[in-house]
Amino acid sequence: MDLNAWRLIMSGATIAIGGIFPALAIGMITAKAVEAIGRNPESASDVRTSMILGVAFAEAIAIYGLVTALIIKFV
Amino acid sequence: MALHISLAAETIGHIGPLPVTNSLLMTWVVMLILLLLALASTRKLSLVPNAIQSIMEIILEGLYSFFASVVGHHVKMIFPLVASLFLFIIISNWGGLLPGVGTIGFNELVVAEETSHETLVQEVKQETTGAHETVIPIEEEKKVTTAEEKTTTHATKFVPLLRGPTADLNMTIALALIAVIAMQYFGFKTLGVKYSHRFVNFHNPILGFVGFLEVISDVSKVISFAFRLFGNIFAGEVLLAVMAFLMPFIAPMPFLMLELFVGFIQALVFSTLTSVFINVALAHEE
Repeated sequence: MDLNAWRLIMSGATIAIGGIFPALAIGMITAKAVEAIGRNPESASDVRTSMILGVAFAEAIAIYGLVTALIIKFV
Repeated sequence: MALHISLAAETIGHIGPLPVTNSLLMTWVVMLILLLLALASTRKLSLVPNAIQSIMEIILEGLYSFFASVVGHHVKMIFPLVASLFLFIIISNWGGLLPGVGTIGFNELVVAEETSHETLVQEVKQETTGAHETVIPIEEEKKVTTAEEKTTTHATKFVPLLRGPTADLNMTIALALIAVIAMQYFGFKTLGVKYSHRFVNFHNPILGFVGFLEVISDVSKVISFAFRLFGNIFAGEVLLAVMAFLMPFIAPMPFLMLELFVGFIQALVFSTLTSVFINVALAHEE
């Protein structure tokens, strides 16, 4: 296989594998946050702030994967 | 018709020896917007605010109470920094979504050495017609390059005049450096020399090793800040470009809404993380 084919395959694989675990993490974080808000609706704003922070941390991993995939594809 | 995606910002001109990229130009536009907003809202300060003053008061009061909930009584000290970071990043992110940004530009003559590797390889494959698939002699490659140079001297490359400032890695690394250096500055300002015990500690070996880890974590914060912002905004631009390429009319609309939301969230995350890390740095009072 030539270089172009490898680039396509690997950039796809990078974001596919790199997207699985952040997706799981964001799902878990949001599930727990919704649970917490359901138990204690008054703390919704505090929980939401922490949730967005946690989601941003988890999402950052997917973004690293995406940047790597884009670099493999275009550079 | 081709999909135009460029990882780096393109140079559109020079001021002396300094190259001016399209994202730098957009940064100046954003700075001008912020400056005009600040001037317009503070020119005639009054107890009964006029329209623009009351809008800015609502925004800043909201930010102030939000950061106060994150850092407590340190908020007065760090509010100017984190609020400026928030406002600058959010206007940069949303500025990159404006119509005309990234679409209005000019065509630039392609220099022969700038032809991408992909086209070169494809050309080589066409020339060799699959005979030598893996091994390409250097002479042949050179020949192809010169042939391509002859044929594509009139080829042009589209260079947009404006590009979202945060879709350029230089800008996000600069913002990340500002944030991380500000953490150290506020640490030394609040705790004095005692703050350096966070990094250099000889009380016991474990704390010494923890100090080493703190140094590494602060360096990695720069990378993490920079790539999070750059990755989100650049990925958004790529997503919008691909969507507009696939189906130009209705399909990009929900993604534009998503990108507005992402721009807000990323500005919020950047400034919130800065204040959280500053809070952590100030809490090292042992």
